[in-house]
Amino acid sequence: MNNISLKINNVEVTVEDGKTILDAAKKAGIKIPTLCHVESQIPKGACRVCMVEVEGARNLVAGCTTPATNGMVVKTNTKTVRDARKFVIELLISEHCGDCKTCERNNDCELQAIAREMGISQVSYEGESIISIIDDSTPALVRDSGKCIKCRRCVTVCNEIQGVGSLFPQGRGFESNVGPAFDQHLSEVACVQCGQCAAICPVGAIIEKSHIEGVWEALDNPLKHVVVQTAPAIRAALGECFDYEPGTLVTGKMVTALRQLGFDGVFDTNFTADLTIMEEGTELLVRLKKALVNKEQVALPQFTSCSPGWINYAEYFYPDILDHISSCKSPQQMFGTVAKTYYASKIGIKPEDIVVVSVMPCTAKKYEAQRPEMNDSGVADVDYVLTTRELGKMIKQAGIDFKSLPDGKMDSPMGSGSGAADIFANTGGVMEAAIRTAYEIVTGKELPLKGLHIEPVMGLNGIKKASLKIEGAKPEWSFLEGVELKVGVAHGLGNARKIIEMMLDGEEFHFIEVMTCPGGCIGGGGQPRFTTDEVRKKRIEAIYKEDEGKKLRKSHENPEITQIYQEFLKEPLSHLSHKLLHTKYASKN
Amino acid sequence: MENLNSVPEHKCSCNETVNEDLLYDQLDEIIEMHRGKEGALIPILQSAQNLFGYLPEAALKQISRKLHKPYSEVAGVVGFYSYFSTVAKGKHTVRVCMGTACYVRGGKDVLKSLMDNLGINVGETTENRLFSLEVGRCFGACGLAPVIMIDDTVYQKVKPSKVSEILDTYTE
Repeated sequence: MNNISLKINNVEVTVEDGKTILDAAKKAGIKIPTLCHVESQIPKGACRVCMVEVEGARNLVAGCTTPATNGMVVKTNTKTVRDARKFVIELLISEHCGDCKTCERNNDCELQAIAREMGISQVSYEGESIISIIDDSTPALVRDSGKCIKCRRCVTVCNEIQGVGSLFPQGRGFESNVGPAFDQHLSEVACVQCGQCAAICPVGAIIEKSHIEGVWEALDNPLKHVVVQTAPAIRAALGECFDYEPGTLVTGKMVTALRQLGFDGVFDTNFTADLTIMEEGTELLVRLKKALVNKEQVALPQFTSCSPGWINYAEYFYPDILDHISSCKSPQQMFGTVAKTYYASKIGIKPEDIVVVSVMPCTAKKYEAQRPEMNDSGVADVDYVLTTRELGKMIKQAGIDFKSLPDGKMDSPMGSGSGAADIFANTGGVMEAAIRTAYEIVTGKELPLKGLHIEPVMGLNGIKKASLKIEGAKPEWSFLEGVELKVGVAHGLGNARKIIEMMLDGEEFHFIEVMTCPGGCIGGGGQPRFTTDEVRKKRIEAIYKEDEGKKLRKSHENPEITQIYQEFLKEPLSHLSHKLLHTKYASKN
Repeated sequence: MENLNSVPEHKCSCNETVNEDLLYDQLDEIIEMHRGKEGALIPILQSAQNLFGYLPEAALKQISRKLHKPYSEVAGVVGFYSYFSTVAKGKHTVRVCMGTACYVRGGKDVLKSLMDNLGINVGETTENRLFSLEVGRCFGACGLAPVIMIDDTVYQKVKPSKVSEILDTYTE
């Protein structure tokens, strides 16, 4: 590919042919503001904030859509440019319906930040405001049409990245809005509630449905025993709420903060991630045995089931493959059930007096927690789900100085997690964790790979594949001897669709991991804003560091896992396991 | 732009005997003809509107499904162009002129009388799908104000009290 050189504000910069002015400016270290651009996606030119001057051009051009050309001379900071941007921002503010002081996104809003940067102290235009229509029909998300600036970022992620297509610009002119068809609510359409829209919205037009007040109430209620679980992806991202660099591990401080918030037990979803591996890994081996030995018709490949957005997606778009999805509940739901049965009886408190709070990088987990079947303990297994962002807010509301906190340790018996559980946080992690255990169950030997890592399934490629030849199988698993285990990994639902189509076209897989969000849970819809690929990489690096820093790297070696099977569940896929840890899916088509 | 007339011959739903259910097979044929072509959505919507007389929800859902395009996107395109209508049109379109001359000479009262007689508001269609009611801005017949048009026929100097008589000629 040819390189081209151009000058931006007198800085010479060389970029590959095909790059835009916005790309080139970024490379030159010059910030061009934009409210609509989404990294790596086709530019839309919707917001008109990135206007720049190009020598020889009749008018200002949009930096995001205009290709850089050789010898181009660009100016991003002239009076004309500044005035044009101010004009655009003032117009947006003039119709914006909402008060910054009480907005969920106050201090975390791109429109507000740009207005501040440009020194907009008053808006010269008066007129009608957009009518605010609130859609809080789903358990996970709240949309406010009055705050929407029609930048279409949510449309880009919902359509082009996730391939879900719930949101699209509707109508035209002043009355236009972004939403489902014909003013339908999100609950009435195939929205998987992944929250990627909420994570990328520059303003407060799409946010998660807050559970903060409910959690405070539970914590204030002396009659309730309130426990909290934190997903593996939180520890690599929560720090960003307190100005730490992305990828800073804050596990210990997080535990102390949760204790100071008043939780009676601080536990780890990693514990049930390990439990998931025991159940899901065994389920895979059983399916393989049925297929290879008994020659039964059995649904293979098996798909992972940890990611509730993916479950929704399959229920909406691929109901015919639901029997391929592992029947294991997600680690969040396994935790809730185990907390209100196993743990409840251990501490002698009735399940109805226990409140389980989850901290998740995810908005779909809010939906998952209230699925009607998720009450195997006799009551709702999980009561409240906070996103990483909501936990950050609660810590601030409590006046806790996060940075100065000492490290704390999770409680037992549901606070221990292996390195394999940590990597549930990122794409490829569940697969690697499962293989670390399954391989050892079958051969009795440790996975013979450097660092226990399956390199081909690591990283940010949308679809990753690996194969692993099983050698030295123990007698009871001899039917697997010499079998080439083929696995696939997809993250982002657009990629999930691709890998399903590959499977339906006949490509052989035994096991496929799907995570709803790009990068996996570390890039979840509930994570601190904004998650770019650079941020994803840093969070993933932190997660692998957490994994590698542990002595305990494999789920089946977690002593608390051994303990729960000995004391309670007996063995993977036991009658009780089936009752408490497994679930069913149903077509939503 | 595609030749819009190249669709299979079909009758409009308001053409009495055509059962709407039968039109969905024709819609499939239309979709098939355009499928795979870039920018297929708008010509399909145009043909579908010709076919049904409007764009019923089920037709839009069928188009969305067959083109593998999100329903939200199909709806977004339908909502963007005022040409497209998701409201069923009656066999006869009654248009009331609200231009200045007709307005000052009692067009508003004529409209009120039409709404009362038909039992519908502007933009709506009677339950028996016989009449749709619209307003226009000057039909260029100001000397004859107030004016209404039913399909292609112009009625001049209409009195509110005569409206039901005019409508009756269409109900046989």
